[in-house]
Amino acid sequence: MSDYLVQFNNISKFFGKVIALKDVTMKLKKGEIMCLLGDNGAGKSTLIKTLAGVHRPDEGEIIVEEKKTIFDSPKDALDMGIATVYQDLALVSLMSVTRNFFMGREPMKGPPFFKTFDIEKANKIAAERMGQIGIDVRDPSQAVGTMSGGERQCLAISRAIYFGAKVLVLDEPTSALGVHQASVVLKYIVKAASQGLAVILITHNVHHAYPVGNSFTVLNRGKSLGTYEKKDISREKLLSMMAGGEELNKLEVELQEMNRSSAN
Amino acid sequence: MSKKSKSIETKTDFNQDERLKKVSKLRLLLNRPELGALGGAILVFIFFGIVAGDTGMFSAYGVLNFLDVSANLGIIAIAAAMLMIGGEFDLSIGSMIGFAGICIAIPAIYWGWPLWMSIIFAFSMAVLVGYFNGILVVRTGLPSFIVTLAMLFILRGATLAITRLITGRTQVPGLRVLIEDDPLAWIFATDIFKWVFTWLGSMNLIALRTDGTPLATGIPPSVIWFIALAIISTWILMKTRYGNWIFASGGDKNGANNVGVPVGRVKISLFIGTAVAATIFATIQVLDAGSADTMRGTLKELEAIAAAVVGGCLLTGGYGSAIGAAFGALIFGTVSMGIFYTDVDTDWFKVFLGAMMLIAVIFNNYIRRKVTESK
Repeated sequence: MSDYLVQFNNISKFFGKVIALKDVTMKLKKGEIMCLLGDNGAGKSTLIKTLAGVHRPDEGEIIVEEKKTIFDSPKDALDMGIATVYQDLALVSLMSVTRNFFMGREPMKGPPFFKTFDIEKANKIAAERMGQIGIDVRDPSQAVGTMSGGERQCLAISRAIYFGAKVLVLDEPTSALGVHQASVVLKYIVKAASQGLAVILITHNVHHAYPVGNSFTVLNRGKSLGTYEKKDISREKLLSMMAGGEELNKLEVELQEMNRSSAN
Repeated sequence: MSKKSKSIETKTDFNQDERLKKVSKLRLLLNRPELGALGGAILVFIFFGIVAGDTGMFSAYGVLNFLDVSANLGIIAIAAAMLMIGGEFDLSIGSMIGFAGICIAIPAIYWGWPLWMSIIFAFSMAVLVGYFNGILVVRTGLPSFIVTLAMLFILRGATLAITRLITGRTQVPGLRVLIEDDPLAWIFATDIFKWVFTWLGSMNLIALRTDGTPLATGIPPSVIWFIALAIISTWILMKTRYGNWIFASGGDKNGANNVGVPVGRVKISLFIGTAVAATIFATIQVLDAGSADTMRGTLKELEAIAAAVVGGCLLTGGYGSAIGAAFGALIFGTVSMGIFYTDVDTDWFKVFLGAMMLIAVIFNNYIRRKVTESK
């Protein structure tokens, strides 16, 4: 019937009296990048945590590959192929690229009870995977701390994909990056989507979102302002839809007023 | 202009072919946490080789003497290092040594338990104490420094109070006679490779007593435990999944949790590790001395941490090595014994210990910055 990989229908989340999310709906197909835009306090964090299985939605349904599901824990979400890459990336800067890549999911070898961490295999896979993104890891045993912000982001995404992600939820992947590094990360996200992953890209930066997104959902004060295909909406429209847009117009008017009065 | 320099900088970040060759074997070695301690140990040996080379410090007897002291410290230093890599401290190691001692002595002497049962009892208590430390730290999220500092006082106080209550004194002697024929005690009380020393003595290669037996009778059990623990701990850290979890738990607790590392369990097991190591230390010493003393192990926790730090452990966790802590203990043991063979007053040992630690911390801090700083 539908060819959606994952659907979040009318998701609501309440914390006591506070309505953190109300009737948020998102549907993603394979290979699609949906950008979730919203200013601070729009409910992005709550939505991410709901997608990742940290929060259980109070209303609404989650449908993964035609099957209605409930995530009881982050592990449930992960098992269904929904991998969330948080802003802190879950990387340990003192540890090597390889040890980070396989942290918590180390490949093992050897007889039962004497199983050891197969570090050669891990090194090989980590170097290979990083190479595919165009990051030539000089030495997979180098500490992650020596990598740039963009490289770390790519490492975290690459790790999620290697461990079977079908849907990638990326929390502000470009917010801490310079222009060039951000573009490298965005390129990698597009490449990942073209290989059949669905990507939910959470950001407040329209300039980063617009070039890569197929569709855009704008979140404001816990509610979705609607989902738009790229062809139906312009960058400027998106910008003004985010909470800041209106406010900025108001600010501009106010500033003009002030100028005028001080000129007098 | 700033934009231009940025693009150049980031370009090198993503295009590292030309930097590939720069990483020499030396750089790789420099990145190992135990390098400082290894260098320090070599320097110490060179120093005493020159100053005390002809004094008997490096005779079989002298060597075994400082190895024994190093090994005793090393046993707890390695466990302390593992825990520090896991991101926590244990200040109750010293008190645990005293507590474990009377856990062996009182049941064996006053309650008539066989020695092996008392030893097992002591180790069970160690597991309990370690578990309690661990669960408190993990559940409350309080700094382990405070939690185990409290345990330092609780254990030492309980050791004193219980011992005085049961025995009326603060020492429990009379264990030596129980060691013979005990099925377990020999693991902690037997010198090995005795035949080598007897043979060396018969060849007149090592010093003899007046009765013809060699002065150095065999490798003391502490040294065997020390070497075994160093090898096993290094293997765990480098080669097992659990080892990776230790680094991850200490490096970034939340990150590790997010990717499925059971951080709580790892930390609890490491606390059990330090308590058990303290008990190994205590068992060896109690059986060697034939008596338990309530004050045994006082300040040992700080020496263990000092050795771990000299061995390259960061106070913030996530970085360090077991073999480094072993070298750290070797440095301290060698200097504390070696100082007797020189003209230097032994009062200066603590000065050396402190200075060594200070240098190590500064050096480690520099290394950490090298490792973590983005280039």
